[in-house]
Amino acid sequence: MTVAASVRDLTKIYGSGQTEVRALDGVSLDIGAGEFTAVMGPSGSGKSTLMHCCAALDTADSGSVRIGDVELTGLKDKALTALRRDEIGFVFQSFNLVPTLTAKENVLLPLAIAGRRPDAEWFDQVVATVGLADRLGHRPNQLSGGQQQRVAVARALVSRPRIVFADEPTGNLDSRSGAEVLSLLRRSVDEHQQTIVMVTHDPVAAAYTDRVVFLADGRVVDELRAPDRDAVLEVMTRMTEAAAPRDDASAQEA
Amino acid sequence: MLRVSLRSLLGRKVRLLMSTFAIVLGVSFVVGTLVFSDTLQRSFDSIFASSAGDVVVRPDGQGGGPPGSRTVPGDVVDELAALPGAARADGQVASIGVYVIDTDDRPVGGFGPPALGQGWSDAPAVDGREGLVIVEGRAPEGPEDVVLDTRTADRAGYSLGDTVPIQTPGEQARVEPTLVGLADFADGGSLNGATLAAFDPATAQDLFLGGQDAWTEVWVTAADGVSQDELVEQVREVIDADLEAVTGDEAAESNAADLQEAIGFLETFLLVFAGVALVVGAFLIVNTFSILVAQRSRELALLRALGASRRQVTVSVLVEALVLGVLGGTLGLGLGILLAQALAALFAQAGLDLSGQPLVIAARTPLAAYSVAVLVTVAAALVPALRTGRIAPVQALRDDVALPESSLRRRLVVGLVLAVLGGAALLVGLFGDTAYAGWVVGGGVLAVLLGVTAASPLLSMPLLGAAAALFRRVFGTVGVLAGQNTLRNPRRTAATASALMIGLALAGTMSIAGASASASVDQQIEDSFVGDYVVTNVFGGPFSPSVAEALVDVEGVDRVAVERYDVARLEGDFVFVGAVSGEDLDLLGLELLDGSRPPSGDREVLLAEQVADDADVRPGDTVVLEVPGGEQEWTVAGTYAANPVVPATALVSPEAFSGRAGFADQDRMLVVFGDGTAADVLGERIDEVLADQPTLAAQDQQEYAEVQREPIEQLVLMVFALLGLALVIAVLGIVNTLALSVIERTREVGLLRAVGLGRGQLRRMVTLESVAISVLGAVLGVVLGVLFGVVMMTALRDEGLEVISVPWGQLAVYLVLAVMVGVLAAVLPARRAARLDVLQAIATE
Repeated sequence: MTVAASVRDLTKIYGSGQTEVRALDGVSLDIGAGEFTAVMGPSGSGKSTLMHCCAALDTADSGSVRIGDVELTGLKDKALTALRRDEIGFVFQSFNLVPTLTAKENVLLPLAIAGRRPDAEWFDQVVATVGLADRLGHRPNQLSGGQQQRVAVARALVSRPRIVFADEPTGNLDSRSGAEVLSLLRRSVDEHQQTIVMVTHDPVAAAYTDRVVFLADGRVVDELRAPDRDAVLEVMTRMTEAAAPRDDASAQEA
Repeated sequence: MLRVSLRSLLGRKVRLLMSTFAIVLGVSFVVGTLVFSDTLQRSFDSIFASSAGDVVVRPDGQGGGPPGSRTVPGDVVDELAALPGAARADGQVASIGVYVIDTDDRPVGGFGPPALGQGWSDAPAVDGREGLVIVEGRAPEGPEDVVLDTRTADRAGYSLGDTVPIQTPGEQARVEPTLVGLADFADGGSLNGATLAAFDPATAQDLFLGGQDAWTEVWVTAADGVSQDELVEQVREVIDADLEAVTGDEAAESNAADLQEAIGFLETFLLVFAGVALVVGAFLIVNTFSILVAQRSRELALLRALGASRRQVTVSVLVEALVLGVLGGTLGLGLGILLAQALAALFAQAGLDLSGQPLVIAARTPLAAYSVAVLVTVAAALVPALRTGRIAPVQALRDDVALPESSLRRRLVVGLVLAVLGGAALLVGLFGDTAYAGWVVGGGVLAVLLGVTAASPLLSMPLLGAAAALFRRVFGTVGVLAGQNTLRNPRRTAATASALMIGLALAGTMSIAGASASASVDQQIEDSFVGDYVVTNVFGGPFSPSVAEALVDVEGVDRVAVERYDVARLEGDFVFVGAVSGEDLDLLGLELLDGSRPPSGDREVLLAEQVADDADVRPGDTVVLEVPGGEQEWTVAGTYAANPVVPATALVSPEAFSGRAGFADQDRMLVVFGDGTAADVLGERIDEVLADQPTLAAQDQQEYAEVQREPIEQLVLMVFALLGLALVIAVLGIVNTLALSVIERTREVGLLRAVGLGRGQLRRMVTLESVAISVLGAVLGVVLGVLFGVVMMTALRDEGLEVISVPWGQLAVYLVLAVMVGVLAAVLPARRAARLDVLQAIATE
């Protein structure tokens, strides 16, 4: 299996002394290329921090992150920006489209910023996949939430990034729109071998992936391959029980 | 609710302060102007209080004007001194145009304050006030003695015992007495930069009155217990009919009247600056409050949901404005006092020396500062405040809250109606025959500006669309984003641009006025300049008739045409009454209109066409002239076309000029005609004659044109000051709007950064947006400026400004400046945007 991204001994600490919170406490993880990976865990488990560090949006205190062959640690803003632009795609919980641009312009934005020409065939394919061919001229405020999120997915895919990070992509959607977006992500993995990392707390969403990594208190605590909803729920229940004696602490973290 | 207002103010202090700054500037101009003119007024108090005795006897009708040729006979003094109510009587001799020449052979002083010459007198002024007193040395006693005021002696570099060259307007053009004493006001008052040379009375009579035993005026000092009124009654009984007696208070007041008029003009001029700053500032406040209220609309809706009434929400916004107004007034007051000091320093450069005079801050000054600041701020915040009242409570629960806004179409209609009405007022004011034309024109200009501002969100669409297309082509995606941003909220973009628009519209108008005036002067001079050289006093004052006599004898000079003129009033308006002999009129090529003929006798006056039009008189009518000889009736002999080598706007015969009209026997301008000798040789010879009279200069056509253009060029400089002010305020406005927009779009900025927009690209995006705003303002402003300017110059066409010249180069410079303003204004907001933490930005709601 080729590795698209790898994380070694990643540690991130917020605050100091009594208020110290270890958001990441020595996480090590490999993300397989062409895999759809879900990162799950209770609030405060560090899953969002992990994703932000992997996606060059945040820096860790120690440890290393590699995207492909590139070591992120120590890179300057310029290099990080270029990396985000060329190697990474994003899908956010709250869509985050540019309101002044049409759907098409939003999709092409990362390429346009980079000054790269879109591959017309690939663009058509992506647009067809996300099912927005007849909505390309619309602005975000003329689209439903599900449509907006599909535009965001198309935007993440169109530059053929090495890896796409999705942060609770269905968090703001009803279950039907959510299912559409998830099958869209699934299909891009199956049909185009796109690597995707998705942070979620929804077992139903996790069931679309190839692999689920469970985080608690900043550490990887469990992992499932080819998960289904029940298996995910089972692990989550187990984790909740394990965490029960320390409920006070997690409540503070949250 | 008050607490909520204040909290919200504190939370946004930097942004609000920025928008207040324009108000601060405006208020500081108001304060600076008031303080400066009060100070100026006060500084002249000692001069005018010392300018008259208890009772002043002078030629009848002389008034407070410059000393003329008419005098009070010498023997009157003894008669007056013998009156029972008089303690003493003293003859006074006074003249202007008496220049002290410094050690470098240059005249001391210059433009503005007069160069005074007088006979030394220790007569007490009104109510026993001591006027000038000798502070060093002694009073002048013979023809070789002179006394200077301390400051002038200082500036010229003379001390007691030195020989002081002095240029006089009398028969003896240059004298070289010895400095025997220094004088100053007893009460510490200052001459404000005027220079004073005092001779013993007999010498002064020789120099300034052609040696007659006579006086310019006589001061009668009241005996103990005698009032001015009682004394003036006694004096009136004994003096001849051609003399008049007035009380000292009255005389001092009339002496001050002209000056007060001049100061009033200055005050008006400076207050126009203040008005512009305030109007533009008000726009800024409207804009800032609109944006802030829009950003807070959810918070305000929440207040409404929690039970705040519509009124409470509106009032809370107005309270914020009130607090800001008070703050702006306070800062403006402070800054204005500094500004007054700067103005004093500026005027000191021009010769009006106010050093030693503390700034006068009258009660009206802070009153004006606070009322202007509070009124403007609250009035400007009114529209956004009323709008907040319309926020429905339910909007607190919604995700995206839009403030109800008036429709663009309605704004277009209202704006166009306002602009058309304003335009009509402008035309009526300029071309029509209305009272208060100035106010009508000003109101019209303001209405057009407001109308265009109201309509500008729609008017600006094509321009912004073009800018967006250009950005797209040149800057790619960054350009697209920037272009879209300017179109996102056309109201905001247009309102921000309007600050610059107003400034540039006014600057553009003035530029056109300046350029047209310059071009008109050039053309007139080209059309009608005659002779080879023109000799004038560079300070505009009179000079000795001996100069003309000397020039006639110069080899190579064929003829010298002599012109005299001085200030007078015709039907109450200032005119220059002049005298040119009949043959010289031909020589000067003066164009007499409609069968007019040169004035003859001592009752005929020839009027410049414009003056005749203004006074609405025709040949054969009678006009009243206020001249040193008194208020007199003259018959209009005819009219003549304006001519740049004849500055006088009314002409009488040379005999009538110094005779009945009573002007001094002094020349103002000589036109030298050569006999064909090479111009440069002739010029050198003329310069030789003028060598000992440093205030006189001979100019050929080109030099003369340059000198005539000088005041216009000074006006243009003022325009640049106005432009600078407008630019400063515009920068502030754009910075404010952009900063607020960046904050508003934090999440979007975060997203763009997340998908790979570099910091440089982000900065460029903000900069382009800023440039689009500033260029929009500049284009609208320049277009309006050209319209205003051309209309104004067309209206002034028959006032002798025949050429309408649009300085395209200058206007292009304005546009370039606007781009620079845009780039400059974007620096801080762009940096702020680039520094946003990507992660936090995305998470921001």
